Amino acid sequence: MLDDIGVTVRQAGEEDAVGGVRPRWVALPESVEEVAALLRACAERDLAVVPAGGGTKLHWGSPPERCDVLLDMCCMNEILEHAAGDLVVRTQAGVTMDALAATLAEQGQELALDPPFTEHTTVGGTLATATAGPRAFRYGTARDLLIGITVVLPDGTIAKSGGKVVKNVAGYDLGKLFTGSQGTLGVIAEATFRLHPLPADRRWVTAELDRAEVAPIAAALAASQAEPSAVEVDRPDPDGPIALAVLVEGAEAETRALALRELVGKGSVTAERPPWWGLIQRDEVLVEVRFPTSGTEAVLDAAAGTGFALRGSPVTGRVLLESWRPVGEEELAAAVSGLRAKVEAAGGRVNVLAAPYAGVERWGQVSGLPLMRRVKERFDPGRMMSPGRFLGGI
Amino acid sequence: MLDTLTAALRSLLPHDSVITDPVRLRTYECDGLTYHRATPGVVVLPDTADQVARVVRLCNDFAVPFVARGSGTGLSGGALPREDGVLIVTSKMRRILEIDLDNRRAVVEPGVTNLAITEAVRDRGHYYAPDPSSQQICSIGGNVAENSGGAHCLKYGFTVNHVEACEIVTPDGDLVTLDRMDPGYDLLGAFIGSEGTLGIATKITVRLSRTPESVVTVLAAFENIEQGGKAVSAIIGAGIVPAAIEMMDALAIEAAEAAVACSYPAGAGAVLIVELDGPEAEVRRQFARLQEICSAAFELRVAADAAERAAIWKGRKSAFAAVGRISPAYIVQDGVVPRTALPGVLAAIDRLSHEHHIRVANVFHAGDGNLHPLVLFDDAEPGAGERAEVVSGAILDLCIEHGGSITGEHGVGVDKSRYMPRMFSEDDLDTMQLVRCAFDPRGLSNPGKVFPTPRLCGEVPGVRKGVHPLVESGKAEQF
Repeated sequence: MLDDIGVTVRQAGEEDAVGGVRPRWVALPESVEEVAALLRACAERDLAVVPAGGGTKLHWGSPPERCDVLLDMCCMNEILEHAAGDLVVRTQAGVTMDALAATLAEQGQELALDPPFTEHTTVGGTLATATAGPRAFRYGTARDLLIGITVVLPDGTIAKSGGKVVKNVAGYDLGKLFTGSQGTLGVIAEATFRLHPLPADRRWVTAELDRAEVAPIAAALAASQAEPSAVEVDRPDPDGPIALAVLVEGAEAETRALALRELVGKGSVTAERPPWWGLIQRDEVLVEVRFPTSGTEAVLDAAAGTGFALRGSPVTGRVLLESWRPVGEEELAAAVSGLRAKVEAAGGRVNVLAAPYAGVERWGQVSGLPLMRRVKERFDPGRMMSPGRFLGGI
Repeated sequence: MLDTLTAALRSLLPHDSVITDPVRLRTYECDGLTYHRATPGVVVLPDTADQVARVVRLCNDFAVPFVARGSGTGLSGGALPREDGVLIVTSKMRRILEIDLDNRRAVVEPGVTNLAITEAVRDRGHYYAPDPSSQQICSIGGNVAENSGGAHCLKYGFTVNHVEACEIVTPDGDLVTLDRMDPGYDLLGAFIGSEGTLGIATKITVRLSRTPESVVTVLAAFENIEQGGKAVSAIIGAGIVPAAIEMMDALAIEAAEAAVACSYPAGAGAVLIVELDGPEAEVRRQFARLQEICSAAFELRVAADAAERAAIWKGRKSAFAAVGRISPAYIVQDGVVPRTALPGVLAAIDRLSHEHHIRVANVFHAGDGNLHPLVLFDDAEPGAGERAEVVSGAILDLCIEHGGSITGEHGVGVDKSRYMPRMFSEDDLDTMQLVRCAFDPRGLSNPGKVFPTPRLCGEVPGVRKGVHPLVESGKAEQF
């Protein structure tokens, strides 16, 4: 059925299932044009498509309503242009974050995003899920570092926005719209990012805190003139102590780290990255909590009640909850609704990023949902792209 | 049509908030780009978000277009009114609603000026980072519409990087909050910089930044622009990200000197303003490196205090207006090239200038390749305006040729919509139009801006007709 379009296609197996939905084919396009040809052919044949990068987060979100073709972007793995003098890189979406980092490091530069699973996760997957890491505090998230994008719409139209200059306000920013769109609007084929010089030096301040100490210390760190790049906490056991780690990058990192250690009032300064830094270790069930930083204490308290492990940033207001033991559907639904009530009262949001259950309300209320539905309808009127994967049934 | 609408507006708003007097209407006929003019059909000055929403709903009832306007300082005609439409001016909505330093944010109404936010928190060690040159008067609502930048966006980014949430009135007249914290599509990111075509911001939550511990401002004078350009490349190459790197050429310096007597070093072919900020220890080290890099400069001035810093910036910030002292008329251009293409592009601008006998003064944000060539001409001289237009347009072509952009911060507006097809393909523009149609299917919100003669929303090719089989079978809901 898809053998006449000039794109490599194989029969799908059980291991290709997305959220338990097994596609019929796996397509392996090698160029933007091939992605377009494939999507055009799928549109003509009314086949639903789920794009995939390294597959590290493919089980996140709701299962697709239907999935005929898994579009594997692994063959689009070329770094197209690294303009070091301009601090810009243009890359195909299938390049892994680690491969990209290695190339950029040769010129002393980096893409200042540190999403989890960097060995396998791709540029496209990182953008589609808008995953970020600890240094979002200083550098922002993927949408802040993306300056240009090429996408393929469900009807095969190839479209780009932005460009390869950082400062650019010509036209709508499709890059922002596609960042975090979970494969529901089209396929991200290429991306252009602004880069940063690799920091001259880095240090971590690490300390063990009680729950009540976190909020005031985080606030003092965020306001500090020593400018930390990231402040993270890790609480593997809800009743146990909390590990704090503060990253300082750049010139005089040691001096600045010592100043921050004074602020914390205890702990040590090290050049070693903490073993848990920025990682997601268990994500059969994964809950994200976002909150204004004034809600830190409320979030820590509420999260302790769920029995989940907590890791994330009290200065950007985003933590992830993981479970070290299996969680049943009813237990999770109850934990999420309890958590959501407390977090929303503190001005925050609770999102269930991953859970193998249909009965869990993954997203809270969103004022912009009707507009989001209209955007989906315009971009994907046939509901070809990852149908049903995103909030509100998008 | 407009008369009936005006009567309805009068019943909705206080008497002094609806303007129909032709003389007063004319004060709104243009924004900062004065050569596009249109007298608005009617002007309203709402006081609340609810009033804005009601005005927009009335516009929908009568199928009348509307345009939002803040302080009117825009430089691309984004707030150019419609003669057949309503101009919604946000200048009465200028309350700072909340300052929340614990969360490093402020909630403001759209008419609040950019600088007013900084002034409200400066004594508590904070500021609002984006700093367009017009920051004393430009409104935050306008900044959101244009995704405004400023000299310091090299390090700190643009409006879109500093806005946490916006309450907007959609083109249908609904009040919707777009929050960075919300899951779902990043509609906030799409809305900011949409130049008023996706709705009107009525409440804006901005992020506040900590005033840096240390700021060092340096003025380096070079004999020629090539030396200045080399220094810029060397600074970036050394891994330094200054808060700002600005450059002015001899003609721009001459103008600034005539206008504000900024006393830049005599005989400079180019001056570079470099501002370093951050932790004191880091700034000290970067400054030492900067001095080595600028060894070709024949003079290096370092501001010793805030007054000297202001003196260095004075010439740069007044540059646009200053060229009025050395030329009867001028066009302010705004284009972007990759930083490494700057020397080639400047040489090409020089050639254009000689070829067409039109002087061009160059002022630019050198760190991010954002050029502001000031194309000078005498409007009394027959044909000079046309020649200046040719040069100005050719500069944009140069930007596109080098992989840059037709606008870095002034926006597309009415001024540059005709250049959009040179930078983007028809498919690119049609795809952007899908966003427009999702927000504004009737095309009432600031029509005629950004895009050259877009298709009507029903005309977009490839849209499925009829009901999807899954919807028909009850397996899916079509939104």
